[in-house]
Amino acid sequence: MSSNSNANRDLSAVDYVFRVGGEGGEGVISTGEMLTVALARAGFEIYTFRTYPAEIKGGHANYQVRASGKLLLSYGAAVDVLLAFNEEAYQKHIKDVRPGGVVIYDSDSFTPPVNNALIYYAVPMTSLATEKIGVKLTKNIIALGICAQLFDLPFETFQDLLKEKFTRKGETVVQKNLQALQVGADYIKQQPKRDPIRMGRGPRQAKELVLSGNESLALGAIAAGCRIYAGYPITPATDIMEFLARELPKLGGYVVQTEDEISAMGVVLGASFAGKKAMTGTSGPGFSLMTEMMGLAVVAELPAVVVNVQRVGPSTGMPTKTEQGDLYLAMYGGHGNCPRIVMALTSVEDCFYGIMRAFNIAEQFQMPVVVLSDASLGHRKATVPVPDPSKVTVIERRKPSADQMANYKRYQFTPDHVSPMSIPGMEGGGYVAEGLEHNESGYPAASNHENHLRLTQKRYGKFVAVEAISNDLVRLYGDPHPEIGVIGWGATEGVIREAVELAQAKGYSVGALHPKILYPLPLAKLSEFIKGTKAVIIPEVNYTGQFATSLRKRFAIDFVQLNKCIGLPFTPKEILDKIEEVATNVHANRRAAVVPVHL
Amino acid sequence: MAQVKEYIGKVKPDWCAGCGDFGVLNALQRAIAELDIAPHNVQVVSGIGCSSNLPGFINAYGFHGLHGRSLPVASGAKLGNHDLTVIATGGDGDGYGIGVGHFVHTCRRNIDMTYIVMDNQIYGLTTGQASPTTEKDVRTKSTPEGTIELALSPIALALTCGATYVARGFSGENLHLAQMMKGAIEHKGFAVVDVFSPCVTYNKHNTYPWFRERVYKLEDEKHDTNDFRLAMEKSFEWGARIPIGLFYKVDRPTYEDQEPALRSGKALSKQPLQRNDLASFMEDFL
Repeated sequence: MSSNSNANRDLSAVDYVFRVGGEGGEGVISTGEMLTVALARAGFEIYTFRTYPAEIKGGHANYQVRASGKLLLSYGAAVDVLLAFNEEAYQKHIKDVRPGGVVIYDSDSFTPPVNNALIYYAVPMTSLATEKIGVKLTKNIIALGICAQLFDLPFETFQDLLKEKFTRKGETVVQKNLQALQVGADYIKQQPKRDPIRMGRGPRQAKELVLSGNESLALGAIAAGCRIYAGYPITPATDIMEFLARELPKLGGYVVQTEDEISAMGVVLGASFAGKKAMTGTSGPGFSLMTEMMGLAVVAELPAVVVNVQRVGPSTGMPTKTEQGDLYLAMYGGHGNCPRIVMALTSVEDCFYGIMRAFNIAEQFQMPVVVLSDASLGHRKATVPVPDPSKVTVIERRKPSADQMANYKRYQFTPDHVSPMSIPGMEGGGYVAEGLEHNESGYPAASNHENHLRLTQKRYGKFVAVEAISNDLVRLYGDPHPEIGVIGWGATEGVIREAVELAQAKGYSVGALHPKILYPLPLAKLSEFIKGTKAVIIPEVNYTGQFATSLRKRFAIDFVQLNKCIGLPFTPKEILDKIEEVATNVHANRRAAVVPVHL
Repeated sequence: MAQVKEYIGKVKPDWCAGCGDFGVLNALQRAIAELDIAPHNVQVVSGIGCSSNLPGFINAYGFHGLHGRSLPVASGAKLGNHDLTVIATGGDGDGYGIGVGHFVHTCRRNIDMTYIVMDNQIYGLTTGQASPTTEKDVRTKSTPEGTIELALSPIALALTCGATYVARGFSGENLHLAQMMKGAIEHKGFAVVDVFSPCVTYNKHNTYPWFRERVYKLEDEKHDTNDFRLAMEKSFEWGARIPIGLFYKVDRPTYEDQEPALRSGKALSKQPLQRNDLASFMEDFL
């Protein structure tokens, strides 16, 4: 092996997509995860993508990891290496493998038709597992051994991983797995290497973490001071709860698993009222149930952070697939005039800092903050620099001064519309957090017409200050004064950025703006960005263009929508194609074809 | 002992003259005064309904939230700061109708707090529809031909779901009711006090005289409050004689007792934030 010599290698050119496919419940995901961690530890940037069936056993599962020596912004394009455990995996994914790509398959399971454009490695994984190890499931580990050997990955990294993973199950299990790894490596050594893919060691030296979006978010919540999490299991948000159930007790906090999402949000509001930062996380169906509690948080002016890891809706929809379909619900869900903040997380790293900011905004403005993530972000893993909590100064809610306590008014009118908030246990601070319309003191005022207007103005008045923060939290990519603008939100940040860079390389004048707070909108930054453009594209992973619709309310512009609604994230090419199409139309002085949709 | 008047809130009750809820409010103020708990350490959480307006009428911290959702909010408040005396209040529609899912699971969880249900067998604030405790065949605005559904037994439900202090009071027996509440607040665990609190405006069936003729006190009959089977049997006694008093009481570790993060005894909102070792457990993800 020559893992250690990187002389004369252009590591930024190392950029490969590996995909593992097979029967759900047979270790496809864990095989992919181990490969991912091994690649990261070998010094590569990684970016994963997985789809898995809604069923626990059976159905098709696959896990993809892109590994590179350079910064990765999307899950990539064509597949370089397909590891197929069964024929279904082969049939499903072979069309995605690039010409000259590699197919490693379990030859006990099926025989693929001959295709001269591809490089095949046939390995009888099942019989090697049963005959040499005596455990059929070790075929996954045999496959890892093949990858380690074939692509020249540091073998000891895989050995360490297996030890970490299986130590709890005893020494015998560890040995069997190490043996399986070796069996895979030895088997493939006997075949001549026919492909040019060589990983070796990657360029990264600094300590980086391998985190999923959900894990990064959970860590950020801890850093923000959240010590109670209440939740109800729901795909794809459950692992936030599982992570915190494991980690919070180490820091003096805990998780409450409630009977439903209504209760989860109730616990969050109760704890926040009692003076403790709390959070809940869910997905669309659970967030729908929380709608009523959102209104209560708004009118009672309680800080609360609600995470919605979006999945395909409506109703139960496609629970394991991704969509950006809950923006309307996040912004406007519920009855009455109900201002809340909506943020969207953009990358695994942003999950950490974004959730810290969400807590800050909730505490500072005493409002619920909805934080939108999605299945593609929540469940993908990426290498991120060790998060530094000191980058975001933690803000605590405004407490009443001694003077204010003398004649305490919970909803006192102030210039910035934020009132000092007492905490139960503070003498003289007693008040009723009211779901009814109330006056400054918190007393019910359900028949006082003018008071309702004043209190509504107070609640919406906070938006002025939040909008300033919103304007600070935008990212710009590419040409700052572009001819073709792209405005996206949430987890499409990376893929839009990659598409913009590809388009710029082709000579287009294109730039992207990516706000992190979607409600209230960063109007100043949006105006400035839109002003000089000839066309603006809004890519969204939904059918109707929910963000585009909210932008049309504020800007009289014929935004070009790019909508994808098949439960999968964008590829860079899809966005690049749209940029090229729109640029061509602009140059030909043609308006883009308007496809009518029922909004 | 503190004075009852210290617990009188700044808002005057808006209940109908003669409403059973006045007696419940008085008994609650008396119970807290007798236990000498400072108003700022009392947290009263309610749902929506006539009886749920109670937090405004008592001098304490209050939370008047959503219909049927008092228990989740009360649980959150207690878990956030378990030094508080947390009391959830509401009506039969709020607790046994729309909120019954929370009731079931709060019983199981055994968080140390008290739940007082002003049970008038009717939806009062919406002016007189059948509730989960309306007796079968009773005519209401929503059941002009009489109710078809069986009435629910709150006592039996609380017992089967794991509440550790289960009592019933009658608003017309104020001192007895205050004693039930005092016991509930003192009890370490989830305590349920179902209170017959007649609606004088919309329930012409379950009136004060109707209850007076029927209620008897369990303690007068030497009821064994440790006997779960007997408590279940008594919970279904309804008709000529209806029992009030303490049905059942048991010591079971509370949720807070069993939560490792609270073993130090210090309330969560009073614990200093441990942030320094964030770096150390990030190592797990390297």
